[in-house]
Amino acid sequence: MEWLRTHPGLFLGAVGDHLLLSLTGLAIGIAIALPTGIAVAHRPRLAEAAIMLAGALRTIPSLAVLAALLPLLGVGFTPSVIALALLALPPVLVNTVIGIRTADPAALDAARGLGMTATQQAMRVELPLAAPLIFAGLRVAAVQVVSAAALATFIGGGGLGDLVTQGLALLDTGRMLVGAIAIALLALGTEAALGMLERHLAARVRGA
Amino acid sequence: MRWTSRNLDSIAVALLTHAELVAAALALALLIALPLGLAVARRPGLRAGLLGTASVLYSLPTLALFALLVPVLGLGFAPALLALVTYAVPVLLRALVTGLAAVPPAVLDAAEGMGLTSRQRLFRVELPLALPALLGGLRIASVTLVSAATVAAYISAGGLGTLILTGLDQGHTEKILVGAGLVTLMALLIDWGLGAVQRRLPASG
Repeated sequence: MEWLRTHPGLFLGAVGDHLLLSLTGLAIGIAIALPTGIAVAHRPRLAEAAIMLAGALRTIPSLAVLAALLPLLGVGFTPSVIALALLALPPVLVNTVIGIRTADPAALDAARGLGMTATQQAMRVELPLAAPLIFAGLRVAAVQVVSAAALATFIGGGGLGDLVTQGLALLDTGRMLVGAIAIALLALGTEAALGMLERHLAARVRGA
Repeated sequence: MRWTSRNLDSIAVALLTHAELVAAALALALLIALPLGLAVARRPGLRAGLLGTASVLYSLPTLALFALLVPVLGLGFAPALLALVTYAVPVLLRALVTGLAAVPPAVLDAAEGMGLTSRQRLFRVELPLALPALLGGLRIASVTLVSAATVAAYISAGGLGTLILTGLDQGHTEKILVGAGLVTLMALLIDWGLGAVQRRLPASG
């Protein structure tokens, strides 16, 4: 931990970059996946196709996604963010579609009986019922993005991965370990925090 | 495609090393997860503790795990293999334990009523019923390993990740794309193949 004491600025910069990368990638991923999921959920063919596509995308190794974007988009922050957004898509998309499709049909009937429009049904009935599953998707996506952001260093995206690769290149074990531990704690912390929120949310939905 | 045609042998070596890493890690992980899973399946306290530990291990980012192992084990194939086993064991363990837990109590009662010993019950009743879940775990574990083995190139373990990383270093687009393409293809094929086996099993869960 000697390295951390002598280079606090470098460390904080890497943490900041890492968070910025992750949050931007995650936000873009959610902004695409959530509306898409809502749009296709009631069209069985499209929904099947979306789930299949998401399954394939989820299978592609993170490093391959990052590397494949390099020839198209070059190196740096932007291609890294796009790759992370791609990695965030599948869990959110799949869980949104499944959450909406498994929403209680009786509740939907009741909503229709109350004279709700399709938009009202979606916003007031289906989404709240699907919320726990969607949130679980968000948690999975967030953990995956925080982990994969560590690989952004390989395409010059910055973040905590930089400390790990620099540490190995310079044979500076301290720097490498600080990076690795910070990445691990960030991922585990994200998982734990969102997991707690998720259980809280699930308890509230069940109670309502 | 000139680089590819001139380097078919080194591409083949990378592909083979990658497959070896994944296969060896999977085999070792099965060897660890099977007895461990069977041992804790009927002990709820131990089971919860073990699954908790497993989920923490599985959530560790690949690059972090590899980097943490370097000071202890150094660089190369062996430490990479150990890291990959660390990833696969939790997945297999969870799959096996949930599979065994999902065996209906009535079936177990029936087996006991037929006079099966607990060993017979395990091999003739419980394991066959848990097989679809275990296979599901095997599928997730293999895909995870193909992905994690790519990052193993960072600690000089060889494999397709080496093509990607050296390609990135040299700005060699073709090399990057060959590496990324092959590793993607490998992951998709394994996922598709094990998925097909899974669908063939009766009572797939």
